[in-house]
Amino acid sequence: MSAEKDRKVAVVGAGVAGIAAAITLKQSGVEADVFEKEETVGGHLKNWHALFPGRENASVVLRGVEESILSHNLKVQTGTMVTSVTRNEDNYRLTTETGLSTDYKAVVLSTGFSLFNAARKEEYGYGIYPYVITSPELEKLLEDPGKGLLIGGEPPKKVAFVHCVGSRDAKVGNHYCSKVCCITGVKQAISVKELYPDCEVMNFYMDLRMFGLGYEELYQEAQEKFGINFIRGRVSEAAPTFDGAIQVKAEDTLLGRPLKVKVDWLILLVGMEPDKMTAQLADSLGVETGSSGFFEGENKFLKPGCSKVEGVFIAGACTGPSSIPDAVNQGRAAAVSVLEYLSGKE
Amino acid sequence: MNKVKDKWGFRPETSNTLDLDKTDIDWYRRIVEKIPGLQSCIFCGSCVSTCTVNRDGMSFREMHLLLRRGEVQKLEKLVAPCLLCGKCALVCPRNIDTRSVIYNLKILMYAPV
Repeated sequence: MSAEKDRKVAVVGAGVAGIAAAITLKQSGVEADVFEKEETVGGHLKNWHALFPGRENASVVLRGVEESILSHNLKVQTGTMVTSVTRNEDNYRLTTETGLSTDYKAVVLSTGFSLFNAARKEEYGYGIYPYVITSPELEKLLEDPGKGLLIGGEPPKKVAFVHCVGSRDAKVGNHYCSKVCCITGVKQAISVKELYPDCEVMNFYMDLRMFGLGYEELYQEAQEKFGINFIRGRVSEAAPTFDGAIQVKAEDTLLGRPLKVKVDWLILLVGMEPDKMTAQLADSLGVETGSSGFFEGENKFLKPGCSKVEGVFIAGACTGPSSIPDAVNQGRAAAVSVLEYLSGKE
Repeated sequence: MNKVKDKWGFRPETSNTLDLDKTDIDWYRRIVEKIPGLQSCIFCGSCVSTCTVNRDGMSFREMHLLLRRGEVQKLEKLVAPCLLCGKCALVCPRNIDTRSVIYNLKILMYAPV
């Protein structure tokens, strides 16, 4: 076995996938340096108040991630942007924006996702009307029930959710489904209804994709216990009314008739896009991305986490929209692939 | 409106748009009070495909949707042929007591209390 320093692995991105990969490597005796461009770890997890489907407190999960970093004495360099990863014979040279370069035996790319910029769907009025907000912004508001969705101290009377904002939409170039928004919409609709029982809550959807265990059950609970109104039809436009509310237009495609409704808040369930680092690293390393711009593996059936470039591994939402448990599994799977690769080198 | 037409030779088109702010869903609320499971309908249509009297105009799915949208004036022809046989309840994936829904709707229609 070679000296430990020769077996060092770099992990780019300290979201749940990257941390899971690094800890699995560390547990197997391989040093892993984690690089994170943000000042904190956990990626998007810090932006969520509650997690689907059980509405667990996100901060508890985040604390679990932070504690595991401490207990495994994991080296995470936050506030450090990786600008390039290049192959240098048998090593991968990782350069940060401070100009520091370090060589590693293998690299795990866990660069995550970016949220779709809802302002690109101008017809929904995001960034134009103050009561049109995105799903992560709603999470922030729900964190403080004293503030919540109150308008002039009054609880909202009507709240509408728009599913598939920036997903399944050729107009913005995102043909894929972002997977997590459907169940997020159901979860958030319940949270709004719990906070404001007299508020009418409606979700405008194209399809409801309740694929995970517990998702369909939560959807049914939202319908039956909370009386949330799921209306099949994609919102075509949102416009302000004279009294400062938002008028929403859609077709009720089950009824076959257009409808309009005035709401106090319009929540846009924004999808996932590859982080801009994904394209940058794909270029510098030659790792392939699929038509959607996410990293593509060598064999998605039998070799999870292996990119088509030797020594470069991929995990988490940089490979496609993922839930937290998916991303953690991918991180651990990628770490096992790294271990196989390193032992083959010896 | 006819005066407008007489004067100008045309009149403004009435919109086909349903205004959810103006719908009266009192009947829907009263039925849901008795059968809360109705709210979990996913409009799959299995009730319609199994219905013996669908050819006579019976459609549980359409009836439920119109009930939810407050279009109660259109309901009668959609439930009048119902024999209350309950086959729709047998096939419902959400296990909704569809038969009771129709029964209660018929009470609201013909024998309101």
